[in-house]
Order: sequence, then structure tokens, then C-alpha cells
Amino acid sequence: MKKQLIFLACILFAAVSVTNAKPPKKGLKEIKQGNLSLHFKNVVDGKDLKLNDSVSLYKNANGDDFKVTAFKYYISNVSLIAKNGEKVAIPDSYFLVNAADSGSLDQQVTNIPEGKYTGISFTIGVDSLRNFAGAQTGVLDPAKGMFWSWNSGYIFVKLEGESPKSTAKKNRLTFHIGGAKNPNNTIRTFTQKFPKTLKIADGKLPELELVTDAGALFKGKKTVDFAKLNFTMGGPNSVVVADNYADGLFRLGKVKN
Amino acid sequence: MKAKLVVIWGLLVFVIGSTAFNYASKRRFYNFPADSISFKVPSNFPKPVYDFKDNPVTANGFKLGRILFYDPLLSKDKSISCANCHQSFAAFANLDHAVSHGTDECLGTRNAPPLFNLAWQKEFMWDGGVHHIEVSPMNAMTNPCEMATDLNTITKRLQQTEPYPALFKAAFGSTEINSQRAFRALAQFTSMLVSANSKYDKYIRKEAGGDFTAEETAGYELFKQKCSTCHQEPLFTDLTYRSNGLDLKPDDIGRDSITHLETDRGKFRVPSLRNIELTKPYMHDGRFSTLKEVLQHYDAGVKPAANLDPALHQNNIYGIKLTTVEQRQLTAFLKTLTDPDFINDKRFQSPELQTQLKTIH
Repeated sequence: MKKQLIFLACILFAAVSVTNAKPPKKGLKEIKQGNLSLHFKNVVDGKDLKLNDSVSLYKNANGDDFKVTAFKYYISNVSLIAKNGEKVAIPDSYFLVNAADSGSLDQQVTNIPEGKYTGISFTIGVDSLRNFAGAQTGVLDPAKGMFWSWNSGYIFVKLEGESPKSTAKKNRLTFHIGGAKNPNNTIRTFTQKFPKTLKIADGKLPELELVTDAGALFKGKKTVDFAKLNFTMGGPNSVVVADNYADGLFRLGKVKN
Repeated sequence: MKAKLVVIWGLLVFVIGSTAFNYASKRRFYNFPADSISFKVPSNFPKPVYDFKDNPVTANGFKLGRILFYDPLLSKDKSISCANCHQSFAAFANLDHAVSHGTDECLGTRNAPPLFNLAWQKEFMWDGGVHHIEVSPMNAMTNPCEMATDLNTITKRLQQTEPYPALFKAAFGSTEINSQRAFRALAQFTSMLVSANSKYDKYIRKEAGGDFTAEETAGYELFKQKCSTCHQEPLFTDLTYRSNGLDLKPDDIGRDSITHLETDRGKFRVPSLRNIELTKPYMHDGRFSTLKEVLQHYDAGVKPAANLDPALHQNNIYGIKLTTVEQRQLTAFLKTLTDPDFINDKRFQSPELQTQLKTIH
């Protein structure tokens, strides 16, 4: 009986959704769309992040020296928050930023309905649905080196480096954060208000700067000591790191209309 | 004099050219028509897990998947193909290999599982770490102890090797080659590997050739009493992860490596018993080389491991007691799960064989 009720509810819901999804009535203006330029600025320890910088090492919150050899991350499911508080989801918005590829620091969110927006929200990583789907392509192509073959799913944030304090072979640091299943789910959401209203309009290309702090992996909820934690590829330690960066990985920089 | 030289050079070019062509034709001259192919659910099977929604099986997609499955180009030194460890005559397991044997003579840690009825599987590998049929070959492709390569290398090689661009165009509409297309083609091939024509299936479907002997019938009754908790019909596995008490302390943590749960330590996916006669050796590490040893393990070898499955510890008895007669009857039944139609299906066998046969005829 209960099952039937749920089934009925689903059908009703589907029917309502279909009705709602109908194109706008004649006479109404078609909603124009615009784009937004996203600029990522990677920082660490208060400086611009430079890969393989052996001359000046960075310090984590624990005071451990380290250098970064790789830094890559996904953001997905971007939504903009409209002036009236409505969340406007941008379909198929997946971005991969790779510190080794300067081209990836400049990206574009496309097909945004025209309007004024007060904030942004996105998933740090890749949504659960795509983690459990079949072979993907584009930025989600597993050939991008951000997919685990033996425990399928995307690596959301990858930081590799070296620290004299690391007890791993060759003093390596290996932080591959991912996993979309409980109890080791590392999907986190970022939401923040813009410092000023962002205007999206057809033919315009406003800019938004996102400052990404690689050091956020190692501070926040639990300060990471590289002598104790220098390797994680999913699992409970990845959850520790994800909880750390949930709040501090991204900060909104300038908005230029 | 000049004319003579031209003739000699011409001959030389001809010989080299034809040798090269012959050589190439042996490796990659897949000039056979695509088989007529469609995925059908056997009448005694449930609905498959794989929905084919984004990847419907087509004749050309299947043909490409088959060619990829048999092409050693997918491995680092082009020495091994998927078929090296998944042999058609062994129901796509690796006959007489306890663990898989990769490039550079590397020996893995687990027994290559047979490949059939994969469209009904929600998770793959002994530890269930892979949860989609399309991405399951990636494991073997990128494992440094198996094919030891990477997806960029593979797609680049395919782009540069005739006749792959044409094969991809026939399968997917354009010559673009990316990992998604390669995985989808492979999934078309592997999902078509349906084994449902054993004597047991004919018995269940009341078809000709499905008459059980007295011993097989007795074995089936025993099976239903003692084995079917884990090896559920009709797939002959419930696709769960369990410990069958092989070792007190497991060397391989199994499912724990995926879930990070101590309660999953030493657990592995319950394997299907279909075609079990053909897929020796047995267990996740291939430690038993005969069915007799397997049955003896359940009768007298089950150890009180930390996460031993409760089904193997009933009324203070470890394992499943089986007399010699019962073991014989069970073995007789297990052999009714062998599917000769499946292992002899030409559509699943090496395309080179087919090409060679065509050349001979």
C-alpha cells in the first residue's frame, strides 16, 4: 500500500514537473542568456602558488615545510543566486583546474539567464550522479588523471608534493581527495555572496575571481601534521581533509561587470 | 643497366611492401561483416542492471568492442590484450593461472574473474570497487601489474592505427576516438557475453536437452539446501561480499580496501557458479585447482576468521558438512552449469581467427 502511494506520488510529481517544464507562453519574451568568465588564482601560505618551487618552501598551519608538485581540482554544479534569492542552476557545469596548465585557470560559465546575481554556489568535486555513471567525456574524461580505476569515482582535489616532515618514501605528500559514498563521502559545497552585484547580460562578459588556497587542506577543523598524515586516497583521512577545505579552499575575489 | 636496377628496386619494394601488408593483415585486417547482434534477456533471468540507455548495442559497436578486447595495443608494450587473462574457452577466466599475469612478467594478487552476465552486475572486481560496466576495463588497462598503460596512450595509439578511425566512425558516427567511445564499445562486447544456455537453464526452461540424471537431481536438491544462500539462482551469486573462512588472518583485505570498514576485512564478492567447471583455479587468489578441493574446503577447511560469514558457522559447526557421496552429487550438478553454446559462440572469439578462417575459405 505504502509503495503504491509513493508510486502515485512520483507519478503526480512527474506530471506536475512536465507541466511546469512547458516552454513559456507566447507573448512572453524569450529569456536571453549570457556568460561569465571565471578566473582561478591558486595561492598557498599567503603567496601565489608555484609548482616545484624548491627554493622557497611553503609552510602549512602546523609549521611543516612543503613544496607542491601537483594541484588539481574539480568544481561542478554551479548555481548563481538571483537577487530574489532564487538559485539558478547552470546545467552541465563541470570545471577542472590544473595548476600545471595555465589555460585551465581561465574558464567560462555559459548559458546563464540574464539578470542580477548576489552570490554563487558550487560543488567542490563532482556530483554523486556522475561518480556512479558510466564512461564520461570532456573534462570528466578519466584520461584527465582524476579518476580512480580500482575504486571508481573522481578525485575531487589532488595535491601532491614533498615535505621533509613526511615519513613517506622520498618525503612525498599524496593527498587525493574523493569518494562519494557514506561514511567517507567527500563531496562539499561552497556558497558565498559576491562583494557586489554581478550582472549577466547577452553579449557581455563579466569576470569573477576565485582564490583557491591549497593550504586549506591542512587547516580548519583539524591541523594536519605531515609526520602523521602524508598520504590519503579516499577513506576516513580524505574526509578529514575535505572537512578542512570545505570552508577555506575558495574565497571570492573581485567581481568585474 | 639502369633498367635492371629499376627492376631490382621495384622487386625489392614489392617484396617489402607485400611482407609488411601481410604482416599488417594478420594483425589488423578486420574485414569481416559485423555480426547481427541484439541484447536479449533470457526468460529465466531478471531485468539487467545495465540499461544501455546511452549505449545501445549495435552491430558495429559490438564489432569494435570485440576487436579492442582482442588487441594487445591496449597494453604498455603491446604484448597482452584483455583476452590474455579472459579466455573464451575458460568462460573468459584465465585457465590454470592462479593470479593474473601482466606486462613485464608481473604477477598480480588476484584471480582473473570469468566474464559473463556482466549486464546484471552492479559492481565489479573481487572487491566491488568498480561500479559500472563501462569503466571496469580501466582497472586492468592502468594497473602497473596488468596492462600498465594509460588512457591517453591508448586513445593516441588507436587514433594512429588503421583501421580504428573507420571502425569508430562505423560504430559512433565519426572518426573521433576518445576513452568514452572505447569504453562504450568494450561494454557493448562485454555486456553481450550472456551465458544462459547450460543444461541447468534448459532444465529450468523445460527445453530439450534439459533432462537431469538422478545424480544431478540429487545434487540440485543439495545445492538448494546448502549453497543457494550465497549462490542464488539464476545468476548463481547474490553479488554480496562475504568471507568463506579461507585464512584466519587474510593476506588480502578484500572489500575493506574499498569501504575502509574493518567488518569488511577479508570479504570478497560471491562468484557465480556458472561455467565453474571451466574456470579453474578457484577463489580470489586461485588457491584451489579443482572443484574437489573447493568442496573439501567447505566440508572441513573453513577457519574461524574474524568476519566469517554466519552462514558458514551454524550450530557451532564451521563450514558445510558434505559426505563424499554428496560432494559427488554436487559436482555433477555444478557441471550442469557449463554452457557450451557460450564458450563456442564465434561472435565472442578472436576476430583474427575469424579473419584467418575467411582467408582460408
